Amino acid sequence: MSLADATTAAFGLLVSGDAALWQIIWVSLKTSIIGLLFATPAAVLLGYAIASYRFPGRRIAIWLAQAALSLPTVLIGLLLYLLLSRHGPWGALHWLFTQPGIILGQFIIAMPVLVAFTLAAVQAADPRFAETAIAHGASSWRVMATVLHEVRFGVMAAVISGFGRVISEVGCALMVGGNIAGETRTITTAIALETSKGDFAQGIALGIVLVAIALLMNGALLLLQGDAHAARARA
Amino acid sequence: MKNLVSIDRLRKRFGDRLLFDIERFTLEAGRAYVLTGVNGAGKSTLLRMLAGLEGAEAQGVTFDGRATVLAPYPAAMRAAVVYVHQHPVMFSTSVAGNVGYGLVARGMPKAQAAKLVDEAMAWAGVAHLRDSDPSRLSGGEKQRIALARAKVLEPKLLLLDEPTANLDGAAREQVLALIPELLKSGTSVVMACHDRDLIGLPGVQRLKLRDGRLEPRSADRDGPAFALVP
Repeated sequence: MSLADATTAAFGLLVSGDAALWQIIWVSLKTSIIGLLFATPAAVLLGYAIASYRFPGRRIAIWLAQAALSLPTVLIGLLLYLLLSRHGPWGALHWLFTQPGIILGQFIIAMPVLVAFTLAAVQAADPRFAETAIAHGASSWRVMATVLHEVRFGVMAAVISGFGRVISEVGCALMVGGNIAGETRTITTAIALETSKGDFAQGIALGIVLVAIALLMNGALLLLQGDAHAARARA
Repeated sequence: MKNLVSIDRLRKRFGDRLLFDIERFTLEAGRAYVLTGVNGAGKSTLLRMLAGLEGAEAQGVTFDGRATVLAPYPAAMRAAVVYVHQHPVMFSTSVAGNVGYGLVARGMPKAQAAKLVDEAMAWAGVAHLRDSDPSRLSGGEKQRIALARAKVLEPKLLLLDEPTANLDGAAREQVLALIPELLKSGTSVVMACHDRDLIGLPGVQRLKLRDGRLEPRSADRDGPAFALVP
């Protein structure tokens, strides 16, 4: 099958509303979004704390968060596989080859991106915001809410980057999810499988969806940031 | 007059360098001070230490008649001391949201806060900016909103860092006009400044930071004569 034929077939699949195809897309979106929903509050808190407070081991925390950005997802997959396997310490959860297992993997993969980006955004914030909040009697929580509101575009960029990383990763989802059709088959694991089977049409169709998601998310971010830059330019 | 703040020994070090070493620092309740000194003398640092934004070495601290410490910064001072930056920042909410920030932070019910915010905005002459985008305000407008944001809290001590710096013309006049009003309300005010017109305000005590020491000088005696004539 030529690339042109495969691409035509891919659009055919997308337009025809192929149930198996959309099921895969749904599993990918669902696990990625739920993983992010859990990771975002934890990571934003952590990123803010590392940026705002001086404590022993702070530089080590920054180093680890940034190093974890380049951790291969297969390694996280391997680790989780060992933890979640029947005889592993978390075996009783029965999460191996299930969606909760994938979600846990997405959570772990998203954390470093979210922490590192939030940290950078808070560090780049004008310190007068926090000082003004403090000097007007705000509690630590209110100071945090105030500063995070001021750097909300940076936090949004963090979430979008985290989403980009989890939706596009294949190693962890494959090892922990197991690529079970209708259950744990995600966009990326399906592409890997279909390609190995020589069925390129579905792989290309899923690739198109992945690219469309990336374009949409980053387009939205650019629009938001554009507004922010315009607002700052006026200031 | 009753002392609002008294500190027996107030020192600030940056590494090995001693920025200042003040034997005894006192501020009277309801009195206004201007803090002068060359750039780098530590005017801003001193205000920031009093506001708990900068670490301080201090002994024998008394605030509003009670013995206390500067570090950790006491809640009683946090509730009674407000610091305003030389170039105040506006939170990206709304102008009214900025003015009411401290009231909301102190847990005041919305309706009550809204009334005080309206009054403070009218006082600062910024009521017409209520619906403006805070990021589009001029330097003078930001300074007046920042003064309203501070005044609405009725602090016992208001610390203003160069309130008229980098303002000129009408913007400066508008800010200058608010300062005597602040002084009337019974708040102690310390203004770090270079502005001769602020230094010359009647009844304002002048504190001069020089070579790490604080020299009290009466503005009535040393101030520019032209400013004493109403």
